[in-house]
This record gives sequence, structure tokens and C-alpha cells, in this order.
Amino acid sequence: MTIEEIQNEIIDEFSMFDDWEERYQYMIDLGKTLPLIEDQYKTEENIIKGCQSKVWVHADIQDNKVVFTADSDAIITKGIIAILIRVFSNQSPKAIIEADTDFIDQIGLKEHLSPTRANGLVSMIKQLKMYAIAYQTQLQ
Amino acid sequence: MLDAKTIRKDFPILSREVNGKPLVYLDNAATSQTPQQVIDCIVDYYSNYNANIHRGVHTLSQEATDKYETARQTIQKHFNAQKAHEIIFTSGTTHGINLVANGFSSLLQKGDDVIVSALEHHSNIVPWQMLCEHTGASLKVIPMNEQGELVMNEFDNILSSKTKLVFVNHISNALGTINPIEDIIQKAHKFGAAVLVDGAQACPHIKPDVQALDVDFYVTSAHKMCGPTGVGILYGKEVWLNKLPPYQGGGEMIAEVTFEKTTYADLPHKFEAGTPNICGGIAFGAAIDYMNQLGFDNIATYEHDLLVYATEKLQEIEGLKIYGTSKHKTSVISFNLESIHPYDVGTILDKMGIAVRTGHHCAQPIMDYFKIPGTVRASFAFYNTISEVDALVEGVKKAKMMLS
Repeated sequence: MTIEEIQNEIIDEFSMFDDWEERYQYMIDLGKTLPLIEDQYKTEENIIKGCQSKVWVHADIQDNKVVFTADSDAIITKGIIAILIRVFSNQSPKAIIEADTDFIDQIGLKEHLSPTRANGLVSMIKQLKMYAIAYQTQLQ
Repeated sequence: MLDAKTIRKDFPILSREVNGKPLVYLDNAATSQTPQQVIDCIVDYYSNYNANIHRGVHTLSQEATDKYETARQTIQKHFNAQKAHEIIFTSGTTHGINLVANGFSSLLQKGDDVIVSALEHHSNIVPWQMLCEHTGASLKVIPMNEQGELVMNEFDNILSSKTKLVFVNHISNALGTINPIEDIIQKAHKFGAAVLVDGAQACPHIKPDVQALDVDFYVTSAHKMCGPTGVGILYGKEVWLNKLPPYQGGGEMIAEVTFEKTTYADLPHKFEAGTPNICGGIAFGAAIDYMNQLGFDNIATYEHDLLVYATEKLQEIEGLKIYGTSKHKTSVISFNLESIHPYDVGTILDKMGIAVRTGHHCAQPIMDYFKIPGTVRASFAFYNTISEVDALVEGVKKAKMMLS
């Protein structure tokens, strides 16, 4: 699936929720169930410091596609990471570089991606794109 | 006895909604809300007599100067300083601490000791570390115990004739512990050391008497006590303020300037370079008047009742641990739910319109002591109510249910 298709799928899923509680419960459940990163990659250098919750990101390239794994010590942050990984992982570097994150608005999680929010997610998206740019340069 | 329901009418912000729910504001230790009386004072300043002070011959400048200096006297009276010029207007607590730290950089030398407490906010650690790096003095720490209290025996052990300065907060921002500053000041003075007390967390709850305390420096911010942001004071004993060199150069702080030499102005202007936060200073005076009208004894009694009730109710929640359990504390409760990140709890509470602080509260050494990434901190003011405490307790229960 393309990034846009996955984003539309997520928007559809979230449109079934009536209120914030259902949306958050869904994200919390995502955060609880997904093993997102191997312990060996939860290193100091893979940490994106976000003041309050820590975020770890690791990137790899397989068959010209970037595979991301990530984690956080806060579960709501982890839930949002799970959504971001679903969108960005297993895509070509070019697609990742060109993708936008407007869908976050549409699923009612905009406040988590405010640059002033102390959860490291904005830096995380920047980091995902940086990895994609690095791999894109390698591929060329 | 305070009637919070009536008092709340003074605070327009308290009637707003957040995320579709009535705001429950429990982040008072970060900043307090502003009553209409203080807002009116700010509007009045800009509407009627906004002018630069201390130098104009025109009427507006004179009126603004009078009001600004009257505010200084209000503050002097409030803290019971002997002289009005012992009150230096600053941009806030951090500015006051840095002013004193900078002043001492020319008075300290290698072999001297500086003592801080383990309960400090970063703003009361970093300037002293910088001071020690610069002068070669050593930084020593009064440790804390499991209850979040300073271990005073250890203070006795590290205090010596080498000690030149002791820095301690009156009340810990992260835990709410009231520190035994009377004892600390007395002991430090026996060795000739000066004491600076950071009163940012104390002034919203109690009325410090700087002469009775015999404290050398006392700093605080207006925005913690119903005033505006960006203004605060440094109280310093006259003898100390005369000893310290000026912090910043500029207008207002000079007596005479030639290219050969500048002579500094007398206190307090020596430390008030440039155009100050005139409106802020005046509004700080109005805030102090407002709080004194309510009465600090009434405020203390009311907030203590809130603290006792909230502590009891929160402790009923299984898996909730409170950090900072001293008998001597103000209306601050720092807590965590077992194996749940404070950020998650704060996020769910915000969704319910409840404003609390989460994180390390700029006091990482305290969090390291307890081996936690941070806490959820609910801090209560005199305008909070029992039903808001109930809303918090329900919110925490819901967060626990969703996050476990």
C-alpha cells in the first residue's frame, strides 16, 4: 500500500470512534500490544530526547525500503509511534521524504504533534525523514 | 474562613472550559491565576499613565514613578524589610539568584565552600555550579531522606568556616516540603556564611518576615502569587547589597558617567539597569494587596484542609504512590501510578479539563533519588475547591483504568 492509502485506512478506522476516550483507548491498546523495537537498539544514541517521554528510533534498509522500529517509555506516545510506523515503515525513501502528516489532524491527534509538546514526536518525524534522506543518497 | 466560591468570581479564567470540560486548574506551583483586581491594575497602567520612570519631568512619568515606588514599599512592608531600597525589582526568581551568584563571583576564591540543598530547582543549582567553576570554590550538597526532607545532621557535618554561602529553597517545588530555613540561617551565620533563600514556592502560601528570619537574600516571583509574569524581587540586606558589584550596566544604574569612570547609583538603582517592567512591578504590588486582603493565615488554613483531603482521597487509589511525605509541606502532591508514565496520566487528565504538571519539575536530582522519570504534580491554591479535588481523584482513577 502507498503511504496515502495507509493514511486513508487509519482515518477510516478513527472515524468509527465517537469520543476522545475511544480514540485514546485505541492508541493505548496499540501501545501495549506492539513490540516495536529490539532491545539492542534501545541505545542512548537512538534516543530522541523529548523532555518528558523518551522515544527510541532505529532504521534499516531492506529491498530498497526503509524499515523503522521505535519505542517510547510513555504508552500514549508509543501508540502514536505505532501509527507513524505503520504509515512510514516499508516505504521507499522517496515516498517517505515526500509524505505529509496531515492525517494526524484528521484523526484528532493534532495536539500531540505540536512543536511545543514535550513528547519527542515532532523530532521523531524529523528523524524518520532524515533517515529516508540518508538512504536516498545511498541509493543514488 | 475563606469562601472559595466567592473568591473564584475574582478569577475570570477559572470559568473557562478545556476540552469541553470545566477547567480544573491544579498547576498553581508553576504559575498562579490572576484576579480581576490585578488585571484591572495592568489595564489602568496602560490606559492612563504609561511612561518611563525616574527621569521624566512630565506628569505621566511622575505618576508612574510614584506608583512604582509605592509598589516597592508595599512589597517592603509585606516582607518586613527594614528599608525600601533593600527590595530590588528583578525579572523573577532566576534573575535574582543569578544577580547574587554573579556578585559573589568576585568575593569567592579557591578553598571556599558553597552549600546547596538536594531539594533544589535547577535554577538554584546551575548558577552555583557556574559560580564554583568560575571561582574554584567547591559545591557541597545537603542530602534528603525518603520523606523528601533535608538531613540536617549532614548539614552540620559539611558546614565549616570554609562555607561562604548557603542556598536553599524555602519550599521544594517538586515535593512541597517546607525546609527548616530558620535553623539553616542560624547555623550558617555562626560560621559567617551568607544565606540565600529561594522563596518562589513559599510566597503564595506564607508571609515571610525577612528580619525575623535574619536571612541575607530572599528571592521570589510575582507570577506565583497572583501577579504577572516577568517580574519578581530580590531582598538583600543593605550591607550585602552594598558589597556586591552591579550585575548589569546601563541606564538607571549610574550616578555619573564619563569615559574615564562611571560611579554607580545608590540602592536599589545600582541593580536596576535599564527600563524595568514598570507595569509588572505595580501589578505585583496589587497582587500582594489582594492576597493580604484574603489573609495569609486564612489561605494557609484553607489550603491545608485541601491538602489533607486530597492526600487521603488519592491514597485510597491502589498503586498510587505519593513522593514527599513530610509533615511540613504545602498544598503540593507529587505522585505516580504504579508502572504508568506520568506523561500518560497528565495527558488523560488534560482531556478531562484537569491541568496538572508532569515531568521532572526542573528538579532532576530529586527524581534520580527516587529512581523515577518524573511525577504527576497537583498543586492547590486558595481558589481550588473540594469538588475540584474530587474531579482530580476521579480523573486519576479513569487514567488508571485506561492505562493499566
